[in-house]
Amino acid sequence: MSNKVFDIAVIGAGPAGMSAALEAEKHGASVVLLDEQSQPGGQIYRNVLTATRRQFTTLGSDYAKGAALAKPFLESAVMHLAGVSVWQVTQGGHIGFSKDGKADQIRARHIIVATGATERPVPIPGWTLPGVLTAGAAQILLKSGGFAAPSAVLVGAGPLLYLVAAQMVAAGSPPKALVETQTQKNLRAALEHLGGALRGWRYLLKGIGLIAQLKRAGVQRYSAATEIEISGSDCAEAVSFKAKGRHHRIEAETFLVHLGVVPNTQITRSLRLEHRYDDTQRCFKPISDAYGHTSSNAISIAGDSAGIGGAVVAALSGRIAALGALQKLEMIAETTRDEVARPLLLKREKELSIRPFLDTAYAPPEEILRPADGTIICRCEEVTAGDIRRFAVLGCKGPNQAKAFGRSGMGPCQGRFCGLTVTEILAKETGQSQDETGAFRIRTPLKPVTLGELAAYEAE
Amino acid sequence: MFVSFEPDAAETVVFEFEGQKISAPRGASVAAALLASGRPSLRATPVSGAPRGPFCMMGACFDCLVQIDGVTVQACMTSVADGLVVQQVPRTMSETQSDHMNGDGGFVEHVK
Repeated sequence: MSNKVFDIAVIGAGPAGMSAALEAEKHGASVVLLDEQSQPGGQIYRNVLTATRRQFTTLGSDYAKGAALAKPFLESAVMHLAGVSVWQVTQGGHIGFSKDGKADQIRARHIIVATGATERPVPIPGWTLPGVLTAGAAQILLKSGGFAAPSAVLVGAGPLLYLVAAQMVAAGSPPKALVETQTQKNLRAALEHLGGALRGWRYLLKGIGLIAQLKRAGVQRYSAATEIEISGSDCAEAVSFKAKGRHHRIEAETFLVHLGVVPNTQITRSLRLEHRYDDTQRCFKPISDAYGHTSSNAISIAGDSAGIGGAVVAALSGRIAALGALQKLEMIAETTRDEVARPLLLKREKELSIRPFLDTAYAPPEEILRPADGTIICRCEEVTAGDIRRFAVLGCKGPNQAKAFGRSGMGPCQGRFCGLTVTEILAKETGQSQDETGAFRIRTPLKPVTLGELAAYEAE
Repeated sequence: MFVSFEPDAAETVVFEFEGQKISAPRGASVAAALLASGRPSLRATPVSGAPRGPFCMMGACFDCLVQIDGVTVQACMTSVADGLVVQQVPRTMSETQSDHMNGDGGFVEHVK
């Protein structure tokens, strides 16, 4: 691309990224936004500008709200680089990416990372079998292409589990059953946060509505499920589990696993930003202040990649992070920043008040956070939980050493689906905290890039 | 098994997977189209030969790898197109043209 240096580059076109880009542009900054998909929306509003009426009725009103963000974004002066895969981000403001088989690079004075969340790994026996997908994957299939799996079984816990199940009911293909892991004990612990939950009553009401919808549709629900195992030879065929002291086995073709989402930290880790383990959300988050400033001067973070808050929080965080970045670039005064951000910060705090309740009520169970020895935890390299425990016995202290011991985290997914599990198991085995144990060191390229692409770029 | 809840909503394109013609709505990803054609399993892992298919549908898990024009790509991040030829990823290097490498514990090639 040209040698132009943008004021602000935003990575990710979900609610946080789009809001950040729009806010920055409104204050006169030159803004570029890079995103993997051909259309803006991120995962939450995926395909929102081309969804059919049937998709809107299936996905519900919260999904439709995305259009009110995506439309103005596309009409704005923000340069939207769609369908690009970002494989390098530097502290100096360089972003290396590939688009249509060509490598390229842009530069910005400030970068806002808004890469959202990924599904928390759900390492249970059989989770690698074809026919087992994440609940998020099922939602993506509903949003892009309008595909649904009739008589699927959903396994795990969390608000998204109910939402996807209800959306599948609305699509005319209700799930066969929900196998849920949350227990009465989780719920009792969550009641400590009832005050916050009541402040976030809209979320509670939505959840209660979804559960009622599933009941009306006659979807079988099991809770406090333990010893969950998916079995099959070439494909997933059945899930077996224990609930209320009884053993169950349910046959199906499609199983959707979900234990909440966690920040996508690939870029922030690759930038060597400081991260901290969050005990309530059971995941690592980049350390950031109210304005999304990180341990690097030129990098801010917004939305779920800074900590899980959901779409409404992400949109507010995007605007707040943009204001913070503009002030850092001395494009707006601190007083302007504070004035514009004040109502946004208040609103965000209110929207976040439900979180401790949800995080506690649907906490991932210990037996899946740190599964039994035989369970594969690194899908790419087929490393089991037992392998990691053996590495610990041999003196392995952290995830990066574990790579040398047995390749966990060295496959093509670069630790996206085993990183947290490796940390959790090693922390327990070595008696260290998760922060002391650490996480995989993430390196460029963040996404596959061919030598041909790089060579062609260097030749220019 | 995934089915379209709006079979007539979009125009269809026809692509090829392992020599078989598959029709899919324009705009769908290769992974979605293959799931909807009743193919949840797309490859065998290089480590143990276990079957794998689409898992996350958002480019994070790298389980839905396929080959297009000899390059390994994520099926969930690739859109279907008329006449697109998609093949399974060979399990190991020994299944490809490199005779000088043995195939034990082969790896997924990012780079050709």
